[in-house]
Amino acid sequence: MKVKYFAWVRERVGKAEETIEPPASVRTVEELIAWLSGQSEAYAYAFEKPKVIRAAIDRAHVKQDAAIAGAREIAFFPPMTGG
Amino acid sequence: MTCPVTIRIQEDDFDIAREISVLTSSRTDIGAVVTFSGICRADEDSATVAALTLEHYPGMAEEEIRRHADEAVSRWPLNGITVIHRVGRLMPGQNIVLVVTASQHRQAAFQAAEFLMDYLKTSAPFWKKEESATGTGWVEAHARDDEAAARWTKS
Repeated sequence: MKVKYFAWVRERVGKAEETIEPPASVRTVEELIAWLSGQSEAYAYAFEKPKVIRAAIDRAHVKQDAAIAGAREIAFFPPMTGG
Repeated sequence: MTCPVTIRIQEDDFDIAREISVLTSSRTDIGAVVTFSGICRADEDSATVAALTLEHYPGMAEEEIRRHADEAVSRWPLNGITVIHRVGRLMPGQNIVLVVTASQHRQAAFQAAEFLMDYLKTSAPFWKKEESATGTGWVEAHARDDEAAARWTKS
């Protein structure tokens, strides 16, 4: 699946997007955040306060208990500050 | 009733008078137009802002605004909606966002414009990075914006 990062999450991870293949045991957004956090210090820093992070699956907002099965694109970003 | 919905995300500035005219020309059923423009301020929490850089999630930003525009159309008798959000680096005094709503009567136009702005602030994927004399940093979301959006939730 493709993963995109925005704003300070993007800066901390150090890339705007990538393709990842998490193990089958990673079933929800929350579990994906935990799995990514274990990949490197950069991810651990980006997701150090996991509850703050917002997520979207295929361009629609989701809660962190949402299942990631079948997702083509998952995005992680801070609370929005547009307008 | 037809309600054209236009959503644009662009680096360029917008012309408010022109956007009103696009909605109202060649029809005579519109009795009220409300416009809201958001402008880059020079002061934020008492710090002096030199510039803002707006980042967005291409694709989702347009879709999220359209979802709320569609909801506005279903909630109020509207004759037109235009939402323009700028991205890139903006200086104090420059336009950031424009919402135009048109209706037969003012109440629907006022309410729909407020509804759209409240959701634009809390659920459209845009982020502001601020440059000031003390460095650069991402603007933090305000709880008051979540509260403003929550009042539109149907109970």
